[in-house]
Amino acid sequence: MCLGIPGKVVEIYQANGLRMGKVDFGGGVLREACLEYTPDIALNDYTIIHVGFAISKIDEKEAHETLALLAELDMLGEELPELAKDEPDA
Amino acid sequence: MKHLDEYRDEALTRRLLDELTATVTRPWRLMEVCGGQTHSIMKTGLHDLLPPQIELVHGPGCPVCVTPLELIDKAIALASRPDVIFTSYGDMLRVPGSGRDLFSVKAAGGDVRIVYSPLDALKIARDNPAKTVVFFAIGFETTAPANAMAVVQAKAQGIDNFAVLVSHVTVPPVIAGLMQESGVQVDAFLAAGHVCAVMGYWEYGPLAEQYRIPIVVTGFEPVDLLRGILMAVRQLEQGRHEVENAYERSVTYEGNQPAQAIIQRAFELCDRKWRGIGTIPMSGYRLRAEYAALDAEQRFPDVGAIQTAESSLCISGLILQGRKKPFECPAFGKECTPQTPLGATMVSSEGACAAYYRYGRYRDAIAEAEKKSS
Ligand code: SF4
Repeated sequence: MCLGIPGKVVEIYQANGLRMGKVDFGGGVLREACLEYTPDIALNDYTIIHVGFAISKIDEKEAHETLALLAELDMLGEELPELAKDEPDA
Repeated sequence: MKHLDEYRDEALTRRLLDELTATVTRPWRLMEVCGGQTHSIMKTGLHDLLPPQIELVHGPGCPVCVTPLELIDKAIALASRPDVIFTSYGDMLRVPGSGRDLFSVKAAGGDVRIVYSPLDALKIARDNPAKTVVFFAIGFETTAPANAMAVVQAKAQGIDNFAVLVSHVTVPPVIAGLMQESGVQVDAFLAAGHVCAVMGYWEYGPLAEQYRIPIVVTGFEPVDLLRGILMAVRQLEQGRHEVENAYERSVTYEGNQPAQAIIQRAFELCDRKWRGIGTIPMSGYRLRAEYAALDAEQRFPDVGAIQTAESSLCISGLILQGRKKPFECPAFGKECTPQTPLGATMVSSEGACAAYYRYGRYRDAIAEAEKKSS
C-alpha cells in the first residue's frame, strides 16, 4: 500500500465536504480518489494516487511509463487488484 | 539474471553503470530504505549489474513487516468480535500473528474486509450503523495523510461507529535508530521517494550531519535507483555527507504541505515498537487526544493485554536492519515460504524475504554464501 499509482483525473466533484475525483488508471479501471491534497490539480491532469489520495502531479509521459513499469515489475496487483487482472472495474 | 539489454532504457542504464564503475574506488554499503525499492532491485536483477564494490542492503521500509506483533494480535482479536467489521489494506491479511492471521479470522466467518482507501472504511461505517467499523491504520508517511483524513472526517461528521487501530511508523527516526545500533554497517542511505513526495526531505539534513552519512532521495524505477546510487557513491568518494534528491520529478524539498498539515492535525509523534527491531523513540504516530474517541484500543480496552509469541526460527528483525540477508535464515525457502510464512517479511512483496523468494535470487545467493564460508 506504500506505492503510488499514476492515473488521469477525469472528473472532479465535492463529496462529504471533500474535493474528490474519478481517476482513470488505464485498462478501463476507474477509481474514486480524494484530491484535497492537490488543490492545483485540474481535469485531465495526471497524478500519483496513494491509497485513494492524490499526492503529486506528474506529466502524461511519466505517468504512462511508470504504469507500464509497475506492470512489468508485478507491483500493480497489490495496490489495485483489478489492474493486475486486467479486468475493467464495473 | 536479467541482461542489460532487457532494461527499458538500456542506453541510459548503461551510461549510469559506466559512470558508477568509473567513480567507485572502494567498497561501499548502501541501504535502500523502501521495500518497494527492494522489490524492484530483486525483480530487475539490478544488484547483479552493479560494480562489485557496491553492496545493497535492504532496510526496514516494509510497513506490513514492521507492524508489531501485539498490534496484529489486537487486530485479530478485534476482527473476531461479532460487533465489529474489521477493515484493512489487503497486504495485512496474511501477516502471521502469534497464533493465526486475519485471513483465517475471515475464513472462520469474521467480518474482515479489504479496503483500498481508508475513506472506503468510513463509507462502510456510514452504511452499517449497528456495527463498529475498525480500520487498521498502518503504514509509513505515504498512508498517513489518507488515514489522518479518515479520522478528521469521522469526527467532523459525527460518525461514531468508526475507530482506528493505529500503528504508524516514520522513516527518519529509524535511520537514526539504525545508525546508533552497533552491528549495522551502512555507508549511505537511499531515502524512499514516495515517502518524500509527502514529507519532502527537510527532515533528513540533521541526520546526514549528525551521522556524517549521505542520504539520497531515490525513486524505485531501475534508472532512478541507479541515479540515487551514483549520487550516493559520488558523495562517499568525495568525502561528503549531504542530503540530495535524485527523484526531482516527484519530490520537492517541502513536500506536500496540505498532506503534512492533516497528519499534524490528527496525529502526534510517539515511541513505537517495530516488529523484530524493538522500540524506537518518537518513531511513530498516535492519535491526538482530541481524537481519543476514535481510538480502537481505547474503545475496546479488553484487547489490551495480549501475550505474543514470535516464531523462534524467524530472524526478520536482523533482515529489517540490514544485518542479515534472507538466505542466511535457516528457515528461508524451507519451513518459511510465501505460502507458509513464519515472518512478516515473507508475506508482503515489499518484504525482503518474499522478494528474494519470488525472484529466485536465493539460489544464486545461497551459492554465493556457501562460496564465502568455504
Ligand atoms: S525467511 Fe521466513 S523465517 Fe526467515 S527471516 Fe524471512 S520471514 Fe523470518
